[in-house]
Amino acid sequence: MKIKAQIGMVLNLDKCIGCHTCSVTCKNTWTNRPGAEYMWFNNVETKPGVGYPKRWEDEEQYHGGWTLNAKGKLQLKAGSKLNKIALGKIFYNEDMPELDNYYEPWTYDYKTLFGKERKHQPVARPVSQITGKRMELTTGPNWDDDLAGSTEYVQQDPNMQKIESDIKKNFEQAFMVYLPRLCEHCLNAPCVASCPSGAMYKRDEDGIVLVDQERCRGWRFCMTGCPYKKVYFNWKTHKAEKCTFCYPRIEEGMPTVCAETCVGRIRYIGAMLYDADRVEEAASTADETKLYEAQLGLFLDPNDPEVVKQALADGISEEMIEAAQKSPIYRMAVKEKIAFPLHPEYRTMPMVWYIPPLSPVMSYFEGRDSIKNPEMIFPGIDQMRVPVEYLANLLTGGNVPAIKQALYKLAMMRLFMRAQTSGHDFDESKLKKVGLTASRAKSLYRLLAIAKYEDRFVIPQSNKAQLEDAQTEQGSLGYDECEGCALAPQHSSMFKKAEAGESTNQIYAESFYGGIWRD
Amino acid sequence: MHNGWSIFFWVVYPYAMLILFFGGTIIRFNRYGATITAKSSEILEKKQLMIGSILFHVGIILAFFGHILGMLVPKSWTAYFGITDHMYHIFGSLTMGIPAGTLALVGMAILTYRRMTNDRVRATSSINDILVDWLLLIVICLGMACTITGAFIEFDYRSTISPWVRSLFTLHPQWQLMNNVPLIYKIHVFSGFLVFGYFPFTRLVHALTLPWQYTYRRYIIYRRRISVN
Repeated sequence: MKIKAQIGMVLNLDKCIGCHTCSVTCKNTWTNRPGAEYMWFNNVETKPGVGYPKRWEDEEQYHGGWTLNAKGKLQLKAGSKLNKIALGKIFYNEDMPELDNYYEPWTYDYKTLFGKERKHQPVARPVSQITGKRMELTTGPNWDDDLAGSTEYVQQDPNMQKIESDIKKNFEQAFMVYLPRLCEHCLNAPCVASCPSGAMYKRDEDGIVLVDQERCRGWRFCMTGCPYKKVYFNWKTHKAEKCTFCYPRIEEGMPTVCAETCVGRIRYIGAMLYDADRVEEAASTADETKLYEAQLGLFLDPNDPEVVKQALADGISEEMIEAAQKSPIYRMAVKEKIAFPLHPEYRTMPMVWYIPPLSPVMSYFEGRDSIKNPEMIFPGIDQMRVPVEYLANLLTGGNVPAIKQALYKLAMMRLFMRAQTSGHDFDESKLKKVGLTASRAKSLYRLLAIAKYEDRFVIPQSNKAQLEDAQTEQGSLGYDECEGCALAPQHSSMFKKAEAGESTNQIYAESFYGGIWRD
Repeated sequence: MHNGWSIFFWVVYPYAMLILFFGGTIIRFNRYGATITAKSSEILEKKQLMIGSILFHVGIILAFFGHILGMLVPKSWTAYFGITDHMYHIFGSLTMGIPAGTLALVGMAILTYRRMTNDRVRATSSINDILVDWLLLIVICLGMACTITGAFIEFDYRSTISPWVRSLFTLHPQWQLMNNVPLIYKIHVFSGFLVFGYFPFTRLVHALTLPWQYTYRRYIIYRRRISVN
């Protein structure tokens, strides 16, 4: 047994309102640079829908993640090492998505809105951020938001295609889910396994997956290896970039930007201890519907004295162990089993987990019996095949009972709390059926509904002082070492103007017009 | 040709280019290691790249080994194995060289066309990218021209150019050997050395970063920060 620590996240989909605040704050922090315009380390998709990049879940097209070969051995779906060499895939990576699979990033020609008065109202037209030419907008990173154009897009959703066609028709009345996505920081990360240069790695202390910008040679296998399509290629630096799990913040014990700014308080961050020696074995589980349980089997009880002893021996810090003991992630994923990994059938052992939403099921009953007879929810969960099967395709590799159990539990907790707050009687023995007690239900309610900051984020501060010379490292984090990465000095028109000898006042007058700063 | 010019072209110039090549490459790897990438533009355009890149890379690798064989292996070695000049010419140069050169040439032509005409690729190309692109295209064209010329005229580069190249490496450059070489070969050699000298300053350096370690390393890599104390 080799114990390692991993920082993970849980997202409570029931509370996600699809506001994209996480995406925007993430973008402003990390990918607001030339070459990175099209990258969304975090994005929010409407499900059912095609997602970003389009149809990313169709691994028959993109060949991401892992698969079992004829001998039942775990192998990258894009091909074995030998196969990659023999077929010269390094010269041309057939599985790589093109920019059009994401979208061509654009800005607007704002300057036409100002100037001399004209007969017709001027229109700021879209301009490509790559070629600088005018373009017609036909697609974007979130073109099917809120089921827009769903008659076309939903049929293209790979999760839908696994469900029998006759029950697809009613989906619009039935359900809609927001799915915020970021890098999964997988235990069995296929991007790391795909990188020919060895530039990608998992941090030993917290499992965050990073790209070493110094060593990346731009072979692009990580992009195709990742089944979630969360590694991106910067067309300016010609290197791979991905979600960093805001490691500079995590090291300080702070939550990621996406989690910090989430207005719905849907995100939880915490630590888990797992057995690194058994990851490959668990990922090799033959039956796809068993992969979720195989992954659960990897996590170790941080309160078990034996585990703590071994963890200390394996070099895990006491702070990390303590965080794992209080971890909201461990509690929701392992103890309560209400959070699930995204697409475990990719055999990646992902570490961003999702609480399935009860709302699509609830909304089905709204206006019917829901007020008078709230317990109708339970037969409802059984009858509502589309959302439940869809969620199972998304979150458990098709394991429907596991999703149902979680939904029962969440529904029972709601009923119990409704009775509590409205002063109605509630037969507490019913809680037992879903594995809850009154105090446990209340505590779970506090964690999910009240979601206090200190309950959501239990992040150990790293012992950085022992690891680095803080003075020399100051300001050296991020992408500023490489040419073309730093934003302002090289690309900003403001800086160029200053170099050309314009005064600060002149630059201000030219850049600040229409009440908005236009750089 | 005046001796002075000959010495410049076949002694000074090749050494200058080789010094640039080795010195530049060492400096590039040591000081600017982070700038070494394949500079892929696959994300911007895929279809033309597929044909162009595969053809070019396969062709140029074959051509590279062909040159190694032709330039660095003395006649006496091949003769030892009973290979006559005629056999070498027919099988080595023509039946191997022409297909390899054609692959590289067609590939490079497609890549050049792509770089110049595709909006996205053009907009994201540096001047260096475009220069090295045309240089390679020209060198490959000249190389093909030499191979084809060689089929029609009586000229044995293995007793002129090859020993001259080897003499460069033994530090006794025999520039006289190059005096009676046909012009087209001279231009090819000249521009070929230009590629070597230019190499460290371009995207071509990615050829030296073949990821051998991937073939034997484990899949998942963990990295721990080393304590400063």
